[in-house]
Amino acid sequence: MTTGKLHSIETFGAVDGPGIRTIFFLQGCPARCLYCHNPDTWSCEAGREIALEEVLQTAKRSLPYYGKNGGVTFSGGEPLMQEEFVLEAIRMLKRHGIGTVIDTSGTWVDEYTEDIIAECELLLLDVKHSDRRKFEEICGCSQKNLHLVMSLANKYRTPIWVRQVIVPGINDTEDNVDALTSFIKSHIENLYHAELLGYHTMALDKYKKMGLAYRLDGVPPMETGRLRLLNDRLQNALALAVARTAS
Amino acid sequence: MNNVDEIKRIEVDEMRQWNGFKEGKWIDEINVDDFINLNYKPYDGDERFLAGPTARTVECNERVKELLAAERKAGGTLKVDASRIMRITAFEPGYILKDKDIIVGLQTDEPLKRGICPFGGIRMVKEELKEYDETLPENLDFMFRYMTTHNDGVFKAYSSEMKQARHLGFITGLPDAYGRGRIIGDYRRAALYGIDRLIAEKEKDHEEIASREIMSEENIRLAEEVWNQIAALKDIKKMAESYGFDISQPASDVKEAIQWLYFAYLAGLKEENGAAMSLGRTATFIDIYAERDLADGRYTEEQIQEFVDDFILKLRVARHLRTGEYNELFGGDPMWITEGLGGVGADGRHRVTKNTYRVLNTLYNLGPAPEPNLTVLWSEKLPEPFKKFCAQVSIDTDSIQYENDDKMRPAYGDDYSIACCVSAIQMGQQMQFFGARCNLAKCLLLAINGGVDERTGEHLGPQMEPMPTDRALDFEEVWRRYCIYLEWLMGVYARIMNIIHFMHDKYDYERSQMAFLDSEVKRLMAFGVAGFSVAADSLSAIKYAKVYPIADENGVIVDYRTEGDFPKYGNDDDRADDLAVALSKKSIEELRKHPTYRNAVTTLSVLTITSNVMYGKRTGNTPDGRRAGEPFAPGANPMHNRDQKGAIASLNSVAKIDWNNCRDGISNTFSIVPDALGKDREARKNVLMGLLSGYFKQGAHHLNVNVLNRETLIDAYHNPDKYPSLTIRVSGYAVRFNALSRAHQKEVIERTFHTAV
Repeated sequence: MTTGKLHSIETFGAVDGPGIRTIFFLQGCPARCLYCHNPDTWSCEAGREIALEEVLQTAKRSLPYYGKNGGVTFSGGEPLMQEEFVLEAIRMLKRHGIGTVIDTSGTWVDEYTEDIIAECELLLLDVKHSDRRKFEEICGCSQKNLHLVMSLANKYRTPIWVRQVIVPGINDTEDNVDALTSFIKSHIENLYHAELLGYHTMALDKYKKMGLAYRLDGVPPMETGRLRLLNDRLQNALALAVARTAS
Repeated sequence: MNNVDEIKRIEVDEMRQWNGFKEGKWIDEINVDDFINLNYKPYDGDERFLAGPTARTVECNERVKELLAAERKAGGTLKVDASRIMRITAFEPGYILKDKDIIVGLQTDEPLKRGICPFGGIRMVKEELKEYDETLPENLDFMFRYMTTHNDGVFKAYSSEMKQARHLGFITGLPDAYGRGRIIGDYRRAALYGIDRLIAEKEKDHEEIASREIMSEENIRLAEEVWNQIAALKDIKKMAESYGFDISQPASDVKEAIQWLYFAYLAGLKEENGAAMSLGRTATFIDIYAERDLADGRYTEEQIQEFVDDFILKLRVARHLRTGEYNELFGGDPMWITEGLGGVGADGRHRVTKNTYRVLNTLYNLGPAPEPNLTVLWSEKLPEPFKKFCAQVSIDTDSIQYENDDKMRPAYGDDYSIACCVSAIQMGQQMQFFGARCNLAKCLLLAINGGVDERTGEHLGPQMEPMPTDRALDFEEVWRRYCIYLEWLMGVYARIMNIIHFMHDKYDYERSQMAFLDSEVKRLMAFGVAGFSVAADSLSAIKYAKVYPIADENGVIVDYRTEGDFPKYGNDDDRADDLAVALSKKSIEELRKHPTYRNAVTTLSVLTITSNVMYGKRTGNTPDGRRAGEPFAPGANPMHNRDQKGAIASLNSVAKIDWNNCRDGISNTFSIVPDALGKDREARKNVLMGLLSGYFKQGAHHLNVNVLNRETLIDAYHNPDKYPSLTIRVSGYAVRFNALSRAHQKEVIERTFHTAV
């Protein structure tokens, strides 16, 4: 029986995928994003073992809350790194009528990725940056895997919910939003939703506790008014009805 | 005209007030539920029909806001009148704005002015007056030198053990010095039947009771009580007359229905300072009149909303005189004017009407406020637009609470209402003996110490050796002892309750509220527990970790050293949650062993109001790691910030407590930051609806919902003037944040806020 490496469980997630979701944060991530707010999920060694059965039992406890749209989200870390476990979990949950969302950065691809993308109900895709070079600067990984992930989603018609964290001084410009818009239009065929998330500094304490250097020291949190403007620009450019988020 | 049959004949023939109403059993007998069933119109639409406030409403509301600001500035109490005893006709008419009020009537002759209710306890009144530099007039002082009050009576009958359990904090908050409250008259009867018919029915009852063959104590008492009820009904007519209304006959339109009902309610408010003064379940009843008037073109939607707004505004200025000690128990100056909204009828039709919406709409027209305590009786069968509107009101105002109608209806029928926060009572047919609560966490410490109070070293309860301190506590042994001490504590508690309610009936009988109930009323005796999650987590620590007791120099165990982790209640982990369930079950089983005064049915609540702070203060270090003096979690809530798996796990833990063991209610207060509910308003409404649905589908009983950021509360803590109307739900009721003591404010800020990760 496959087991996974778990960081934590959040039984009430309302912003990571449609409806009310149970979120399993898994350990391990190939990326080292400048603004990562979960550095405690980087290591593949840390965390505790979680069996498939526990995933199912935990999700079942939330069945009364899921309604039409809710379900399970695997986040992390990078859930695609725990390929076998995640794939088996998706299949098992599906047998019990529970859909799975994968919250990925598109920085990891292996022989299981195709099946995962084919069988999950939605990808929450964190596009660190549309520009290849900037992408590498932010997360320390090549953009190659991201393109593989998007083409697999296109192949299996898996809808994608694009997200990007907006950091003051790094990507908080209209130009960046426009670049992201054309990136989405040219690479993603089944767009479910797209949104910009504001950078925040709440992870600072975690870094301190872990004795890690914080590379964005001094960068202020993203201002909400400005973020709203950029988000509106993105929505308009993509002609996504805001009502789409109503789930 | 005292002949019932004659009145009835006239009613059927020429009761113009009932024109257009479908006839049924309610014509011949007092049966409001039947009237509602036959005549109400369920409303399936959304909130778009609602009318905003009129200029008059805005003006009156502004006046109330000024008064509230003045009250806050005055330290919480604006004015005290000690010159007379609060009785139905004690005060001349009072108004918010005399020429503008359209629904009239105040408790005293001025809004926010508080009077004295000495029959519950003259000592309490004297203390209250001392706090406000007032004194009792000489004639009253003289009179009470020769009179026994409820409080005097109780203390004449208490044993020394009872007094000790009380002063050490094992059983506290008891209604032995103030009005017990929690009685809900069916005030709708005044509107539907008029006072004369009610008097005639009571006179008939009195004659029947007084003529019984065996003049038992119960029959004698009842005959006297009904006589007092009749006197109250006559006084209510007089009080209404002083405002220019004759309420002897039924109300003839929606405005009168509200006014009649309010006069009936006001009478209780005028002479009883009960801890909870629920309104009942009036919105759907009023709607029947509103629909008739709308159809007849008598009133417009805007006018009807204005009546409702003015009615609610009156309820918002009701006040009772309290002591500082009382406020420590029940913080925020609550009245618990609880109104049950929605729910489902016995025939399966939901009872949401346009007027249900209008009542909720007052939170927009008049702004958010803690009173009346609006309680949505949640059912899967409520129409979707209504559920969504409720979610919106919660998100916008934090002023409403939810209780599971699908759970309560089978036990209490379709026409029940909520006494205080979470206690269901059948309208018109039941009353409750309120009983505050006992301290489960402190009882556990007593069991570990073998009958020695951990704070004072005083001995009480069964005496045995304390648990050995040279090894970790053995769970089996602790549980065995805990059962012994629970058995003892619940016994003392049950006997105390019998004394209290015997004396309350004797010396402070609520004639004006009981007048609107059946003469042969069924009674519930409502016990309660506090320290629920602390006791459960402490047991879990003892069972799943190693807990070493630490004794002081006198051999009293006063602290604990815990090795290893243990599951905590609030994480949907059966290991801890099962202990919580076992605790509730054991408590009610013990209580049920004891006979009750007037054959009341024993019930139990897991509810603390704000007394969780005071209970914590009086409880030493506990094996779960909580330090001495720290507040407990309120009601059935998991202990602050120990619920770490998110909101649903926390809700699921509480949902495991079986309501059938706690039919007086299981209170859960839930705070969530807006961002965690979703990105936009629409998403937030849907998600909150989903949370409520999921929680109640599992049979959970109650949820207080706060949608706000902790930062808002911290800011309000430091800058009270910036937040004059910030309203939050605390434990079965809502309060203005500013009206809470600093200690209560801090405790609320410490609570778990469910956030987005």
